[in-house]
Amino acid sequence: MTLPIQDPTLAAEGLGVPPRRHGFLRSVLRERKTAVIGLAIIVFFILLSVIAPYISPYSATAQTCAVYEPPSASHWLGCDDGGIDMLSALMQGGRISLVVGFAATFVAMVIGGGVGILTGYFGRWIDTSLMRVTDYLLVIPDLVFAVVIADLWGPSLFHVIIVIGILEWTSTARIIRAQVMSLKERVYVKRAQAIGSGHARIITRHILPQVGPLLMANTVLTIAIAIYLETALAFLGLEDPTVTTWGTILEHAFERTAISSGAWWAIVPDGFVIAIVIVGCFLLGQAIEDALNPRLKVAHLSVRRWRIRPLAGRGPDAI
Amino acid sequence: MRGADYIIKRGFFALVTIYVAITINFFLFRVLPGNAVTDLSRVPHASPALRHALLTEFGLDKPKWEQYLIYLKNLAHGNMGISFANQQPVSHLLLADLKNTIPMVTVGTVAAIVIGVFTGVLSAWRRGSAPDHLSTNTAIFFYAFPTQWLGLMLLILFAGILPAGGMSDPFLFTAEPFWQHLGDIAKHMFLPAATLMLTAFGSYTLVVRSSMLETLGEDYVLTARAKGLPTRRIVWRHAVRNALLPLVTLIALELGFIVGGALLVEVIFSWPGIGLAMYSAIGQRDYPMLQGGFLILTVSVIMLNFVADLLYFRLDPRIST
Repeated sequence: MTLPIQDPTLAAEGLGVPPRRHGFLRSVLRERKTAVIGLAIIVFFILLSVIAPYISPYSATAQTCAVYEPPSASHWLGCDDGGIDMLSALMQGGRISLVVGFAATFVAMVIGGGVGILTGYFGRWIDTSLMRVTDYLLVIPDLVFAVVIADLWGPSLFHVIIVIGILEWTSTARIIRAQVMSLKERVYVKRAQAIGSGHARIITRHILPQVGPLLMANTVLTIAIAIYLETALAFLGLEDPTVTTWGTILEHAFERTAISSGAWWAIVPDGFVIAIVIVGCFLLGQAIEDALNPRLKVAHLSVRRWRIRPLAGRGPDAI
Repeated sequence: MRGADYIIKRGFFALVTIYVAITINFFLFRVLPGNAVTDLSRVPHASPALRHALLTEFGLDKPKWEQYLIYLKNLAHGNMGISFANQQPVSHLLLADLKNTIPMVTVGTVAAIVIGVFTGVLSAWRRGSAPDHLSTNTAIFFYAFPTQWLGLMLLILFAGILPAGGMSDPFLFTAEPFWQHLGDIAKHMFLPAATLMLTAFGSYTLVVRSSMLETLGEDYVLTARAKGLPTRRIVWRHAVRNALLPLVTLIALELGFIVGGALLVEVIFSWPGIGLAMYSAIGQRDYPMLQGGFLILTVSVIMLNFVADLLYFRLDPRIST
């Protein structure tokens, strides 16, 4: 599937003026209410994860109440199948889920940013070969692929991070590639070449700063996908069985008869925290993208991948 | 003829992608460390005779490139190996499972598209109104919730009202009238398909809404209004038809996600489809099943993408490259 974004003529025209990098995030936050909400949600959950060991009411690993004890004054969210306080488990699970989300996103951004810059800047065979890989990864069902790899490698937190990382870089690579293709035609890059700057210098000094904001938007959006995929993999039992994450909480509730015991408190709050974090990432990422590039029409909240999608179809008329 | 090049190009692209998928499938299971099929000591309950049979059939004692050729040849004959768990050909088992998966996924996806189009069009039509905010926010939230969580919620809400698992009532004999059997399957299909619908419709709503907003600003909509056509007619006849084009692209791109969602849904509701087969293959270390399931799902998504390309070409006459 050829997204119009890939079209070199389109890219050469320029996909809009990249904003000045200094204070970019601040200006986005000043102008867009949704960005503030999104950032607040993300910061809130990061802080909560950091201070969780100090404020969590009970241990997240030891039994402190009866099995599937309903919510009460002492256990606000009730208890799970092992008599573990749900609120404490959620706090502990959030720590791991966020770490997995951030780490996997880091991997994805390094690969995606790298591939995007290399293909966009050098073109030719590098572009062709890497873009074939990207095309493949873009069509295959991510979750199924992740399940196969996680299963072959064995369940572990590290494997989950790597799997998500190597799956989720493709759309970032495409977006960065389009941007770099347009950037390298800019006059200042031509001049840098003319005075004899090497590729490394041009990329680090002139290209990278310009794709920074775009990379930032993609980072935030990828975090949401990474957390989503982590919960799905954990639900299928491919997560390290000794850790608690937001995904394993759901898995345990499902595997260990929370539903037939009527223990809704073991399921409902978990889904809400996951959804709130994802919405937070989404609001912030989308706001940055919108601010970045009014011409790069964003189909508001486009695909599940929460990525930039061109609106009006393919081919020459594409926006 | 218009765009014969386009069709050939897309078809060629699909073929290359399928070839890449087959090759990666081979590498994942045979070459990478932790590979499963070559490591026969990990096959459960394998007798020496079975090991020998596996060894010769897949040429596991031969060099990798030769194994690759054997793999391709076997695949060309529809041979995906033998399931470790129940000693039957993987291709037969998986095709039977696929037959159960397809109706459920189709019903869920079509429902999601219908609901997505309706809510999206209404939001764009009444932009900024209370119904618009309501449907947009609902859409955002539904697609932020994990699929498995939505499935579990439906299980809790409909416990006792609708069957919670399986595809049909085992006590209902096939001698019953056909329509009763069909009704039974429909009852079992309701929750899985509804989960898939809830998890997928959000993105359709949002895409249709933004594409409708753009279309409603077009000149021909203004012309239609100037002609005095009723608003309803302008929206449904003039605007929607064009606004749905991006939806075709989106549906194709979302197929991979739908398939992943189907895997989760089948596990939750024990729907005897290809996702559940892969899930139990994980538990039983049944690698040929896992490998086959992955290949079938990947190839199906690639082919459906090709179909979407053709459909897009048919719908949008401006495409020529």
